[in-house]
Amino acid sequence: MATITTISQSVGANRIVPTVAIPYPVGNPTLSAEDEHAMRREMVERAVNGLATEITESTQFE
Amino acid sequence: MAKKRVIFYLNQFFGGIGGEDKADYAPEYREEVVGPGVGVAAATADNAEIIGTIICGDNFFGQNEEEAKAFIAETIKANKPDILVAGPAFNAGRYGFACAGACQVAHELGVIPVSGMYVENPGLEHCRSFSWVAETADAAAKMRKALPIMANLVNKLALGEEVTPEGDKYHAQGRRECILVDELGSTRAVNMLLARLNDEPFETELPMPTFDEVEPAAAIKDLSKATIALVTTGGVVPNGNPDRLQSASAQQWNKYDISALDELKGEYFTVHGGFDPVYCNEKADRVVPLDILRELEKEGKIGKVHEIFYTTTGTGTAVANSEKFGIEIGKELADAGVDGVLLTST
Repeated sequence: MATITTISQSVGANRIVPTVAIPYPVGNPTLSAEDEHAMRREMVERAVNGLATEITESTQFE
Repeated sequence: MAKKRVIFYLNQFFGGIGGEDKADYAPEYREEVVGPGVGVAAATADNAEIIGTIICGDNFFGQNEEEAKAFIAETIKANKPDILVAGPAFNAGRYGFACAGACQVAHELGVIPVSGMYVENPGLEHCRSFSWVAETADAAAKMRKALPIMANLVNKLALGEEVTPEGDKYHAQGRRECILVDELGSTRAVNMLLARLNDEPFETELPMPTFDEVEPAAAIKDLSKATIALVTTGGVVPNGNPDRLQSASAQQWNKYDISALDELKGEYFTVHGGFDPVYCNEKADRVVPLDILRELEKEGKIGKVHEIFYTTTGTGTAVANSEKFGIEIGKELADAGVDGVLLTST
């Protein structure tokens, strides 16, 4: 889970979830607490589902 | 000026002891010039004198590394060389590993280490940062090409002359050095851009490292039975940073038991020196989403959040250290039976 996904790819990461920003990859302080929580939950679920997805090459889960 | 004293390190084969059947040969020191040393001696006679040769079987070194290194250290202390030349090892893995070990001992005793290896020799990564390792072909048939490169390095290092990876054909050590140049960086950059736009040759001043491709891990079959771990390069540590993780150029990774926590908020903060820490310090789950993963655990979407959380600081951290951390952390996770990892990067 990274914001600069090209770096993730260049170091050989295979399951990549693009994130929000460098200081808060899975957060967003401009949102309300509820909205931020919902957004983080969606991202983490996407990442966990990515772990359960068969892939053959570096893949971004967007 | 007195000639520099050189000791060679060779394996049983190049030392003339024998082949694979002699790979257990215990290390010995001879006050002789042996094998590849003969070629280097001839080409360096003005500046250096080869005073002796350590010969050690590759298997002996691999299986008795401490003993072999101790022998090399004692030989160096007794004979006081200025330079140690190991190999060339070409693409021989065990020999490369032994040459790297010999170079390491020399380096630690203040002796200049010189070797020769093929770029894919696994020993290279163990010694390139502190040794001058000549670029060689992958097989000993190219000995005659390798020896002049190594002899050139011995000559220049003996004389204290400057060497460069390009000019002297050795594997770059990965160090940055300050040099004086005539043109400002802005001028050089514009010239490079113009050359590129005009399809003229140009040479980058910052070559990008090349990276390995990694085989994708198999998908997790049943998330509801899977243990998922959290790992970060975001410098997230318990408040107060009890293990003193560096804020940049990390020399270590740390692990913490998070089994009693439902979120990191209030308990963890970041020491990462490469981004504004305010938002992470308000709620570290913005970098390491324990809160959500705990929800998914309670709902049965995943089996379990791994008890141990791993952390280091990504900024300015050397690729070699990053690889080492990754291998060490990966091994712990694999040994613990973890099925999947969420690695968050800042």
